[in-house]
Amino acid sequence: MFVLVSYDVSTIDKAGRRRLRRVAKVCKNYGQRVQFSVFECLVDPAQWTVMRQQLVDVIDPETDSLRFYYLGSNWKRRVEHVGAKPGVDQEGLLLV
Amino acid sequence: MKKHLNTLFVTTQGAYLAKEGETVAVKVGGKVRLQLPIHTLDGIVCFGQVSCSPFLMGFCAERDVCISFLTENGRFLARVQGPVSGNVLLRREQYRWADDPERSAAIARAVIIGKIVNSRKVLHRVVRDHPDKVDTVVVEQAMDRLKSILMHVRVGTSLDRLRGYEGEGAMVYFRVFDHLILSRKKEFFFEERSRRPPLDRVNCLLSFLYTLLMHDVRSALECTGLDTAVGFLHRDRPGRPGLALDLMEEFRPYLADRLALSLINLGQVKSKGFRQTETGAVLMDDDTRKTVLVAYQKRKQDVVTHPFLQEKMPIGLLFHTQALLLARHVRGDLDGYPVFCWQ
Repeated sequence: MFVLVSYDVSTIDKAGRRRLRRVAKVCKNYGQRVQFSVFECLVDPAQWTVMRQQLVDVIDPETDSLRFYYLGSNWKRRVEHVGAKPGVDQEGLLLV
Repeated sequence: MKKHLNTLFVTTQGAYLAKEGETVAVKVGGKVRLQLPIHTLDGIVCFGQVSCSPFLMGFCAERDVCISFLTENGRFLARVQGPVSGNVLLRREQYRWADDPERSAAIARAVIIGKIVNSRKVLHRVVRDHPDKVDTVVVEQAMDRLKSILMHVRVGTSLDRLRGYEGEGAMVYFRVFDHLILSRKKEFFFEERSRRPPLDRVNCLLSFLYTLLMHDVRSALECTGLDTAVGFLHRDRPGRPGLALDLMEEFRPYLADRLALSLINLGQVKSKGFRQTETGAVLMDDDTRKTVLVAYQKRKQDVVTHPFLQEKMPIGLLFHTQALLLARHVRGDLDGYPVFCWQ
C-alpha cells in the first residue's frame, strides 16, 4: 500500500531539531522524500505498523504533529506532480 | 504470497552504492543520485564499473536482495551471497536426487518438455498472427519436428538421450528462428546461435536477455533454499549454476526469445545501436541496453494465469513460483515438477 507521511516538528530548541532529524531518518528508511517534510512510502501492512510506531515514539505530541494519508494500492491515479523535483516511480524501472 | 519487487539496474559508470540507514544510496561523483528503501528491492544488477560498499553487500545478503555484477556489455561476472541459509534437509535431498540418474532424468525430462512446448508455442504464435509474413511451410515443418521430439522425450529415457533430444530440439527451433524476424531482415538476421561472444545483433540481444533471466531465476532459487549449483539436466561444473540453468530452460523461449523478437519486429531496437569489435563480437550501446532493460522490466509486470496453480500473477513472480514448486517436489510434497507451459 501507499502512504503519504507529512510531519511538523518544532525546531525551537535543540531537542526539537534532534527529533526532526530522527523523524526524517525513519521516513527515509521506508520511503521517498518528495518534499522537505513529505514522504511517499510503499509499504506492506506489517512494515507500516513498525514504521508508524517508530515515528510515534520519536515525536513530542505536545509540539509536533504527524499526518498519514492512506492512498491504498491503486494510488497511481491519485497522485499528480507539477513542477521541480519529480519523484521516482518506485514500482517502475529503476535505472541509474 | 510473495510480492514481485523491483530490480535496481545501475549502468552509470563510476557509480558507488552505499548503505544509508535502511536504504540503498546510489552515488555518482559523491552526490546521491537515487536513494531507495531496501524493502522495495528484490535485486540489484550492476553493469561495468560500479562499486559497492561492503556494508551494503552484507545488508543486502541479510535482506535477501541479490546483487549481481555484470560487465558493461552484460556478461555475468559475480554475485554477492550471504551465509548459506534455508533448509539443509532440502538441500541434502537435492544432492541425493542429483546423484540418482533416474530421479535426475525425471526432472530433466520435465524441464525439456517445458522448453520444447514453449518453443513450439513461440513458432505457433508467429504462424497464427502473421501467416502472410512468414514462410508457414518451413515453420510448420519445424513445429511438427518438435512435436515428434516431444513424443520421444515423454517416454522414459536416460539422461544422455534426453540431452540429445534437447540439443536436437534447440537446433530445429533455432534453424527457423530467422523466419520469425518479420521486419528489417537485412539488419537483423539469425543464422545460428553464437555466444561468448555473440556474432550478430540477434544473438547479442538473446545473450543479454538470458543473462537478465539468469539473475532472476537464480535469486528465486536462492530464496527457496535450493542449491543453485547442483542441477539435474546440467551437470556440476565449477562456477556453473546448474540448477538455475535447468529452471531457466522453460523461460528462455517464453520470455527472452519472444521479447527479443518483439523488440526487433516492433522496431524498438535499431541496428545503429549495435557495434562490432575487431574480434567480430557484437555489442549494444547504452541506449539500446536501456531500451532492452525497460522492455524486460515491463514484461515482467504483465499479469498471467499460472497454468498449474490457476492463480493470477505477474510474470516476474513466475520464477519464484516455479522454484517453490521444484522445492516442494524435492521435499516430497508434490509427485512431479509441474513445468511452466505457456498456454
